Formats: sequence, C-alpha cells, structure tokens
Amino acid sequence: MSNTSNDQYYVPHLARWPIVGSIGMTLTAVGAATFMNSETATTPVLMYLGFAVIIFMVFGWFAEVIKESENNVYNAQVDTSFRMGMVWFIFSEVMFFACFFGALWYVRNMSVPWLGGEGTGLFTNSELWAGYEGVWPTNGPGDIGGKFELIDPYHLPLVNTILLMASSITLTIAHHALVDGARKKVIGWLIATVVLGAAFLFFQVEEYIEAYQHLDLTLRSGIYGSTFFMLTGFHGMHVTLGAIMLTVITIRMIRGHFKPESHFGFEAVAWYWHFVDVVWLGLFIFVYII
Amino acid sequence: MSHAAVATHDHDHDHKPKGFVKRWLMTTNHKDIGTLYLIFALTMFIFGGALAMIIRLELFQPGLQFVQPDFFNQLTTMHALIMVFGAVMPAFVGFANWMIPIMIGAPDMALPRMNNWSFWILPFAFTMLASTFFMDGGAPAAGWTLYPPLVLQGGQNLAYAVFAIHMLGISSIMGAINVIATIMNMRAPNMGYLKMPLFVWTWLITAFLLIAVMPVFAGAVTMLLTDHYFGTSFFNAAGGGDPVLFQHIFWFFGHPEVYIMILPSFGIFSEIIPTFARKPLFGYVSMVYASAAIAFLSFIVWAHHMFSVGMPFGGELYFMYATMLISIPTGVKVFNWVSTMWKGAMTFETPMLWAIAFVILFTIGGFSGLMMAIAPVDFQYHDTYFIVAHFHYVLVSGSVFAIIAGVYYWIPKWTGNMYSERLGKIHFWWSAISINVLFFPQHFLGLAGMPRRIPDYSTQFAEFNMWSSIGGFAFGLAQIFFIIIVIRTIKGKGTTKATDRVWEGAKGLEWFIPSPAPHHTFQDGEAVKDEQLAHVSTH
Amino acid sequence: MNKTIKSCKLSREGFLFTIFSLLFFSSAHAEYGLNLTKGVTEFSNEVYGLHMIVFWICLVIAVLVFGAMIYSMIMHRKSRGVTAAQFSHSTKAEIIWTVIPIIILIVVAFPSTEALINMESPTDPDGERITMDMTIKVTGYQWKWKYDYLDEGISFLSTLSSESNIARQLGSGINPEDVDNYLLDVDNPLVIPVDTNIRILLTADDVIHSWWVPAFGWKRDAIPGFVNEAWTNVKKVGTYRGQCAELCGKDHGFMPIVVIVKSKEDYANWVNDQKGQQVVAEIKNNSEWTQNDLINKGKEVYNSQCALCHQASGQGMPPAFPALDGSVIVNGSIDEQIKTVVFGKEGTAMESFGGKLSESDIAAAITYTRNAWSNTAKDAVQPQDVKRIKNS
Ligand code: HEA
Ligand code: HEA
Ligand code: HEC
Ligand code: CUA
Ligand SMILES: [Cu+2]
Repeated sequence: MSNTSNDQYYVPHLARWPIVGSIGMTLTAVGAATFMNSETATTPVLMYLGFAVIIFMVFGWFAEVIKESENNVYNAQVDTSFRMGMVWFIFSEVMFFACFFGALWYVRNMSVPWLGGEGTGLFTNSELWAGYEGVWPTNGPGDIGGKFELIDPYHLPLVNTILLMASSITLTIAHHALVDGARKKVIGWLIATVVLGAAFLFFQVEEYIEAYQHLDLTLRSGIYGSTFFMLTGFHGMHVTLGAIMLTVITIRMIRGHFKPESHFGFEAVAWYWHFVDVVWLGLFIFVYII
Repeated sequence: MSHAAVATHDHDHDHKPKGFVKRWLMTTNHKDIGTLYLIFALTMFIFGGALAMIIRLELFQPGLQFVQPDFFNQLTTMHALIMVFGAVMPAFVGFANWMIPIMIGAPDMALPRMNNWSFWILPFAFTMLASTFFMDGGAPAAGWTLYPPLVLQGGQNLAYAVFAIHMLGISSIMGAINVIATIMNMRAPNMGYLKMPLFVWTWLITAFLLIAVMPVFAGAVTMLLTDHYFGTSFFNAAGGGDPVLFQHIFWFFGHPEVYIMILPSFGIFSEIIPTFARKPLFGYVSMVYASAAIAFLSFIVWAHHMFSVGMPFGGELYFMYATMLISIPTGVKVFNWVSTMWKGAMTFETPMLWAIAFVILFTIGGFSGLMMAIAPVDFQYHDTYFIVAHFHYVLVSGSVFAIIAGVYYWIPKWTGNMYSERLGKIHFWWSAISINVLFFPQHFLGLAGMPRRIPDYSTQFAEFNMWSSIGGFAFGLAQIFFIIIVIRTIKGKGTTKATDRVWEGAKGLEWFIPSPAPHHTFQDGEAVKDEQLAHVSTH
Repeated sequence: MNKTIKSCKLSREGFLFTIFSLLFFSSAHAEYGLNLTKGVTEFSNEVYGLHMIVFWICLVIAVLVFGAMIYSMIMHRKSRGVTAAQFSHSTKAEIIWTVIPIIILIVVAFPSTEALINMESPTDPDGERITMDMTIKVTGYQWKWKYDYLDEGISFLSTLSSESNIARQLGSGINPEDVDNYLLDVDNPLVIPVDTNIRILLTADDVIHSWWVPAFGWKRDAIPGFVNEAWTNVKKVGTYRGQCAELCGKDHGFMPIVVIVKSKEDYANWVNDQKGQQVVAEIKNNSEWTQNDLINKGKEVYNSQCALCHQASGQGMPPAFPALDGSVIVNGSIDEQIKTVVFGKEGTAMESFGGKLSESDIAAAITYTRNAWSNTAKDAVQPQDVKRIKNS
C-alpha cells in the first residue's frame, strides 16, 4: 500500500466479505422461515448460525475498513462517499419507520372510524359490527386478544424520553470534545451515552414485561397491540444496534482511533443515534401520548 | 494490497484479478459487477419468460389443459415477481454499473465493496424465492401485489417470500446509495450536473425513488409476516385493521416502482436517439426536469390502482386528477425524442430501430394508462386484460426494449466486437411484430370483459387468446435468437472489431475510451473536455 | 467509424411499420365485441362515452406524434444526403406542447368528474340525492356469492353451474364449446327489477372479491370486515353476466355472476315464488325423505357445492382436498359426517355449510356421498338429523 495514494480515490481490489454476508443473510432468512413454519422446532438453530456469520462478516469487514482508514488510505473524497452512504442509509430507515407511522395514522383516522360507522362506514358498522364504537385505543370490533390496559406515558416512557434526549446531548458533547482533541473527555461522555442507551433499553424491556404480564397488552391485542409493539419493537432494535455501534466507537476511541479533523466512523454513529432519538420523539407523541 | 487507481499509472489498464473466485465472487470492479448483473438479469428473464410461456400455453384455448388453477396463480405471481425484481431492475443496475462511471469519468463506483454485496445478495434471494415452488402449498399465489387476506392463506411460502423481498430491498437500497454517491461525488472535474448524460440523470432520480420506496415495501411485507405468524391485526378488520391498508402501502411503493423500471429506460433511449439522429438531444434541460417531475408525481398517485376498493369520493377525484398529470412530463419526453429526430440525419442501426419502436409502443401503453386514470372508466377496465395489455406495453416494449437496445448500443464497447447487424435486424423485426400480436389483442379481451389472473375463460374470448399465445411463443423464440446474438458477439463469431467510437454520431465520454473498455478506465483528477460530451448545456 | 452500417433500408421498413401500427389502431374501434360494452344503465353509457372521448383524443395525438416521427424518418434520413440540423431547444415549442396537453386534460376532467359524481352521489334532475328503492347485500365467499334481499328476507347462494364446473376440471375431456355459457352460468342467479334504484352492499367472508357485471358499468370490491356501497338502475330487461374481478384464490376464475333483470310485475311474481319456496323448503326440512329422493337431490347439491373441491368423481385433490370416495368419515358415523359438513373444519378450506345450505340439501348431499362411488355406508340421512346436530 503506497503512502502517496492519498491523493487518489481508493478503490479496493478484492471484497472478501460480501459473499460471507450474503451467506449469513440467507442462513438467517432460511432459518427463521423454517422455524416459523415448523410446529415442533423450539430453537431456530440455523437462524442463530446465520446471525453468527453476519456478525463475523461485520467485524471482518469493518476491521478491514478501519485498518485502511487508520493507514490514511482514504482521502477526503472517499470520506464524502462514506458520508453520503450513511446519510442515504438513514433516509431509507426514515422511510421504513414512515411506513409504520403511516399505518398507525391510517388505522386511527380511517379504518377504526369506518368500523365504528363514521362516514362511508355507515353500513359496515350496521351490517357487520353493530354496537362497535370505534374509539382509539382499540383491539377492534372482534375484541382480538381480549381486554387490555394502556401503558401510562408519564412513567417509564417519559423517563425513557429523558434518557434518550440526554444521551443525544452527551453524545454531542463527546463530539465537540473530539473536535477539540480532548480524548479523555470524549471517552467519558461516550461511556455516559452508552450507559444512557442501555438504561433506555432496560426500561423498555421492563415496560414490555409489564405490558405482557400485568396489562394483557400484547402483540396480539388487535390493532393497538400490533402498532404499539411493531413501532416500539423496531425502534428498540435500532437502539440496540445503535448502542452496539456506540460501544464499538468507544473502544476505538480508547484504542486511539479518530482524529479531530477526520472521524467519519464516529460521526456516522452519532447521526444514527440522533435519528433513533428523533424516531423516539415521534413514538412518544404518536404512540404513547396522543 | 495494491492500489487500483494508482496502478493505472504504471501498469497496463487491463489487469484483472486471476482466478474465477477472485475475478467474479470478490470483484470490486464496476464493469465486472455490471456484467454479473446483466447475466443474472438475462437468466431471470428466461426463467420469468418460461413461466409466462406456460401461462400462455394454458390460455391458448378455453378449458384447462395443462395446469391446475392454483398452480396457474403461482405462475402468474412468480412470473411478475421474477420479471420485475429479477430481470428488469437488475438489468438496469447492470447498465448503471457499467456505464455511469465511464460516462462521468469516475475510476469506479463510489463504494466498490458494497457494490459487490448488492449483487451477491440477488442470487441467494432468488434461489430462496424460487425454492417455494417445491414446498408444501407451492409458491406464493396471491399475485405479485400480495394482497391480504388471500396471501395469508398461502402455505409455508409466505415467510420465504417475505425474507426474499427483504433481501432484494437491501440489495436495491445499497445499489441505489452507491449510484447516488457515485454521481454526486465521483464526477470528473468539469463534469457539471447539467453536462451529465441523460442516462446518468435518470438513474440519479431512479436511485432516489428506490431509497424512498423499497423500505416501505419491506415494512408492508413485514406486516404480512406478523399478521400471518405472530397474530397482529394490521389487515384484519376484526382487530381494527383493514386489508385495504396493505394496498395503500403496497402501491405507495408499487407506483414509484413502475417508474423505477421506466426512467432508466428513458435515459437509455435519450442516449441512443441523438446518436443515430446525429443531432443533440432536443430540450436536454426540460428532459431532466420532466424526469424529476415524473418521479415527484409518482409518489402522489398511488391509489389509481385502487379505484374500485371504495375510497371516499374526494380521494377518487384527487387520485384521478393527479394521475392524469403524469401525462404532461411524459409527453414532454415523447415530444423531445421526436424533435430530436426532426431534421436530423438518421440512420437505422439496430439500437435505433428499437428506439423507434419504443417511442411508438410506449406511447400506446401510456395512452391506455391515461384512459385508466379516468376513475369512472377504470371501474370497467380494472382487473381485466386491458390492464395486462397496458403494463406489458410499458414494461416489455418500454423497459425490456430499452435493455435490449442498450445491449446492442453498448455491447461493442463492452466486448470490442460489433454484433451482426443482419441478425440484430431480424431479431428486431421478429420481436416488434410478435409483441404486438402478443399484447395488442389483450386490449380487446379486457374491453370485452375478460378478468385477469384466470386460468380459464369463457369461449367468447377464445380467438384473441389464441392470437396472444401465438404472439407470445413467437416473441419468446425471438429472445432465444437474442441470446445467440449476444453470445456470438462476446465470442467474436461472425463479427467485426468495433472501433472506439463505434457509432458515427456518438458523443459522450464512453466513446473516447478503447473498445473493449479496459478493466480500469479513468483515474481521478482527469478533467473532461467539453467537446467530448454530448450535452454542454449552454442556452 | 463503423462502415458496415448502411441506412438505406428504412423506407421499406418504415413503411411496413406505419401500416402495421395503423392497422392495429383502426381495428381498435371496430364493432364486433372488440370495444367496451355500452351497457344497460345510464352510468354505463356515460362510461362508454368517456372511454370513447379519451380514446379518440389519444388516437389524434398518436397520429400527430407518430406522423411527425415517420415523416422525419422518411425525409431526414442520412441516405438522402441530408445534413443534420444542430438546434437543441426551442422554448416556444416546449411551452406549446406542455400547455396544449394540459388544456386537453382539463377538458377531459370535466365529464370525468361528472361521471364520478353520478356514480358516487347520484342526484336527480332537480339536484336532489336520489333515493334507493331496495337494498341487496352481496357477500363473496371462496368461491361463490351470497345474495341477501334485505327488504324481502330472501337469501341464497349462487355458484358456478354444475355443467360448467364439471367441464372445467383439468382433463375433463369436455369441449367448452359444447357447454352453454361456459363459466358464465350459475345455479341461482340474482334477480332484480328493471328501472329501480338498487343499493348494493358488498362484503366478503374470507378474502377480497370484486363484483362486476360489465353491462352495469362498474365493479366494486367486496372486502372482508367492511361493507362497500354501490348502486345501479338497469334500464333493460334481460340476462347479464359477469365474473369475480379480484384474485381470490384457486377458483377465482370460477365464480361468475348472473343477473336476471325482470319487469316489475315479473319480479314481484318471482319474489312471491321465492317466499313460497321458502315455505316448501321448511316443509321439506321437516319431512321424511326416501333414500332415492335424497340421492337424486344430493347429487345436484354435491355437484354444485362440493365438487369444487372434492370433485365430481369424489376423488378430491389430495393432499389439499381429501377424497370422499373411500373416506373413513363418509363410510363411518353419520353424526361425524354431519358435523364436518355443518360446522366445517377450522383452519382448512372445508367451510361450514350449516348457514349456507338448507337442512334438506345438506342431508341430501351427505346421503349422496354415502351411497356414491365405492362407498359402502348405503344409508340415508334425514333433514331432522341435520337439524339435531345443528342445534346440539
Ligand atoms: C413501466 C411501467 C409503467 C409505466 C411507465 C406506467 C405508466 C402509466 N400508468 Fe400504469 N401500470 C403499470 C406499469 C406502468 N404504468 C403496471 C405494472 C400496472 C399494473 C399493476 C398491477 O395491477 O399488477 C399499471 C396499472 C396502472 C393503473 C391501474 C389500473 C387498474 O388496475 O385499474 C393505472 C390507472 O390509472 C395506470 C396509469 C398509468 C398512467 C397514467 C401512466 C403514465 O405515466 C403514462 C404517461 C404517458 C403517456 C400519456 C403517453 C405519452 C404522452 C404524450 C404523447 C403526451 C400527450 C398526451 C396527452 C395529454 C393525452 N397504470
Ligand atoms: C417487467 C415485467 C414483465 C415482463 C418482461 C413480462 C413479460 C411477459 N409477460 Fe407478464 N406480467 C408482469 C410483468 C412482466 N411480464 C406483471 C407485473 C404481471 C402481473 C402479475 C399479476 O397479476 O400478479 C404479468 C402478468 C402476465 C400475464 C397475465 C397473467 C394473469 O393475469 O393470469 C400474462 C399472460 O399472458 C403475461 C405474459 C407475458 C409474456 C408472454 C411475456 C413475454 O414478454 C416474455 C418473453 C420472454 C421469454 C419467453 C423468455 C426468453 C425466451 C426463452 C425462455 C426461450 C423459450 C421460449 C419458448 C419455448 C417459446 N404476463
Ligand atoms: C372449498 C373447498 C371445499 C368444499 C366446497 C367442500 N369441502 Fe369438504 N373438505 C374440504 C377440505 C380441505 C377437507 C379436509 C379437512 C381436513 O383437513 O380435515 C374437507 C373434508 C371433508 C370431509 C371429511 C373427509 C375426510 O375423509 O376427512 C367430508 C365428509 C366433506 N369434506 C364433505 C363435504 C361436503 C358434503 C361438501 C359440500 C356440501 C364439501 N365437503 C364441500 C374442502 C371442501
Ligand atoms: Cu372471488 Cu375472485
Ligand atoms: Cu401506477
């Protein structure tokens, strides 16, 4: 690897990891699908194997990129490509969540009122669901999943909101510290961020346990349960992923990676974390409060 | 690890990795990845086409002769899924990979390793999808639109199909991110946005569409999955959901999706027509704006696929008006192509023949689209063969023709060999005639009342179905011919060596590099010169 | 430069191409059943008119655009020695061909909006919303229709006629040409009066279906859990046929719709008849049948209701649909079989027929299966047996 290469756009010669990733993905998918279809299987072994392969791939791939990065193979233009990649990836995630928020909007403003007899739903209600009121929250005229209670937004969810907001702030402090070259400070604030993220996840799990065990609110609780758990569930998965990524960059900080003027890996994780944060705000308002 | 772009300084341009695995499985080279995409797309085209041939065989005459109704539905569903996601989309990504870096003077795609991954997800995903044919209950059979609750009745296939779609989505999104990063970040100095070839422009816009809608599709099928396996109620009225919700989400993806399949095709023809008219593309800037307008409108018209679901009146009106609007920017494109030909000095090599047929046949397809946009009339057309005729006119004589024309246009650059013009012309005439025998009668069938997705029909529809099937077989055979031509060209049999410029009227960077294009073309920092470009938009 | 490419061939090719596309276009409006039906309602006529307007507009634009293109292909060929002009834009031209289509679309939008209003919120000449004279509820099942006359209390199922149903089986050996109204005939058609505003409520039991009679000029989806509203007023006595128009599974192609439109008097008679028949059915349900009568009636019921899945031959289509010929249940306890048919089997395609068929029909069908093919039960099931199980 020539050191003069920095003025050239770096084009790697071989990509070992993608094919490993594809195999991992396929194992995961086939494993999950056979498991879901099976009446007897109790552990999706193949799926776990697939996860393992994917994790192996991610570490291998990133290790390669990090090595290259630390060896100054990338010039500013490569950095821009990476940034664009991350920005548009996050945009795709925004659209993924938009899909579920859209579904929530639709059921609340269209289908549930129709079932309750509003507007064009007059005959729907009188012919099929006489007596159904169509008020949110609901598990539908068929009372799918049985009676359930709601989670009080001003307890755990509010705490969680504060935790995530705080974590965004600590992360931003860490970022500023990085730009100022105060490495110790960066590491401290990063650890704080990870802890806040982990606390969020802990409370989220608490909340799910509460919902399942005491409130009878489950994924099967009609449309309310469906939208509630899908939205918060996917968000939770993203927080988990984000927390792992934060941990990784914390470790990289400790190992001496990143420079005040170039630290794309750090920034990418920060963007992602802010994105996750904003999604939570949407959830807090549209799922819990309204 | 040696450095590719640097290597071009001192080594010859043509050093490829040795060994099959390194060359193809681990490649980061945009040309090799483009080739992989194109080969994969052709394979899937044959697969999807073979399913279509069974469909046409069963529909050759009334009565069931060959397949059970349920299998017929599997054929229809898989035919569409494979053609759309396996043939047309990957083919266009193949073109993007091959041509975009060459057209904008970039050393490669912006994110070469991810580029490899985008491709190598596809064979796995499609193997998984195709394997459902051999499962209990067979392949998905609820149509490519996957409407619940029907799709939830399928056997085991649902989970496999949903995961396959997730994988396709990941692949498409990564591919699109790569295209955007390449175009926005990798243009050679002096390659301003308004100097980019139109193919690059249309792909940039397509990539935005992909990133915006593939995740939505992924979300929609995820809800199918949880409704089926985990007891959620998104599409179940008893739980407060609504089957029509799926249709809204699906078409929010699905309508932009059809423009994802046509915009790159517009781009390809906007390269071909000026070349053979020997005249600059008419209205370059308005072509760019029109593409953007089409893309924008595509997000706000989706429910024209759902006029008969019983939307509120206001919704029907709105979606009718919005859909009609798309004719305006599309019309601008058609008029601009015709004006490009006007007062040119035209020659009619094979790519140009396809382009001319495209302008005519796509416009016919567009017109039937406009007729369907009129909501009260669509109550009649909806879910009949009129629709089938419409979308094959835009998809086959729109997208597939573009792919074929693009192959003829650029294959000399790819292989260094000129295809046989005589065979190419035979292929063209054979296809252009048979495709009309195949799909034109379907308009009449639809108007006369034949629903789509039926394995058997009443006897009054017999004659046109027979014609359609005959046309179908003929069109299928013509494509065998195409495969032969392509293979002969790659092997250099019965062909001549291609010059660098290949076409007399060709302009644009790709014609200033040798044929075949060397493994590594540009190094960065090399400024392009205005006189090399097709469009130097100065008003 | 590539010299192998000659360009003089086009005049002939271009010519052929022109002829070819024109040929197709001109046949698009020829008379014989190629075009949209004019139909028998006001709405369908409006729709037909709109269809033709847009079609002619498209045709004119097509002639202009393709004409210009073909002219240029003939006149501006390199082989004629022309040199290419180099102009690349003209703001004037571009404005013209943006504005003219916009105007055309606005012109088309007016009648389209009007037609939509007539469909969705119809008014009479005085601008009053028209009132509906009667209401029929249509329910889609896999794969039959159920019609409920909400005002008359009449209710029945409508299934593909057994003649078509037998002929349409894979390898039946029957030529569809020999079957009257192949695939477009049902056992119990919907009967409605002429010149009457009929509200039609649509819903479905299992998956989405779509109710479509082309001659009425509209189709509307029948969605499980929701009720869609549509209306019609047929102006002409006659028999009109249509089909389910939303993919609804295996037999989507085999759930036709037949509507008989009668004069108001005939319709009134028919209603009386139906009510009479309901009384008869009640009597039949309460009386003892001979085995022979049961078998004869049962064969009819079986072929229209059960043969869809279990096949006329009783062989079914294993593994999805079990054979009844030789089935343990069919040769075993009567009660067990009645339960299967009356309540269906949860989670399978075997639906519950208790609410769809009369007790005598169920008894007959079961008796038939127990005596048909190689089955050995050879006994008779009475309507009362069915009633007993139903109420148990
Ligand atoms: C490449 C794919 C492609 C393209 C480009 C289009 C283009 C268009 N489509 Fe099509 N469409 C499909 C693929 C495509 N479609 C598919 C796959 C389906 C069926 C899906 C399924 O159900 O399985 C479908 C279905 C479909 C429907 C639903 C029908 C139904 O199910 O009931 C409608 C309804 O409005 C529609 C409309 C249009 C319109 C208005 C355009 C416009 O973009 C066309 C614009 C072009 C022109 C109009 C011609 C050129 C213009 C001029 C020369 C200018 C002057 C003209 C005038 C002002 C009149 N399409
Ligand atoms: C890009 C997309 C695309 C393409 C290219 C095609 C191409 C073709 N389609 Fe496709 N089609 C769709 C997208 C596409 N279709 C969609 C979205 C649907 C709707 C599905 C639904 O309802 O859910 C559909 C539905 C559909 C139907 C309606 C089915 C139904 O409603 O039940 C029919 C029927 O004729 C049909 C036929 C064909 C034919 C004959 C071709 C031909 O052009 C194919 C030609 C290609 C080949 C034949 C392959 C190459 C050659 C060989 C393999 C050699 C062997 C050949 C012989 C033995 C002759 N298609
Ligand atoms: C839509 C398809 C369908 C129709 C129509 C249908 N059946 Fe069935 N039937 C099934 C299926 C599927 C099963 C298998 C259920 C199972 O897996 O236990 C079944 C099972 C049965 C059985 C039990 C057979 C056995 O050996 O397990 C009997 C008896 C039966 N049906 C009778 C009838 C009769 C009588 C009718 C008409 C009135 C009828 N079926 C209509 C689908 C159908
Ligand atoms: Cu019922 Cu199709
Ligand atoms: Cu559309």
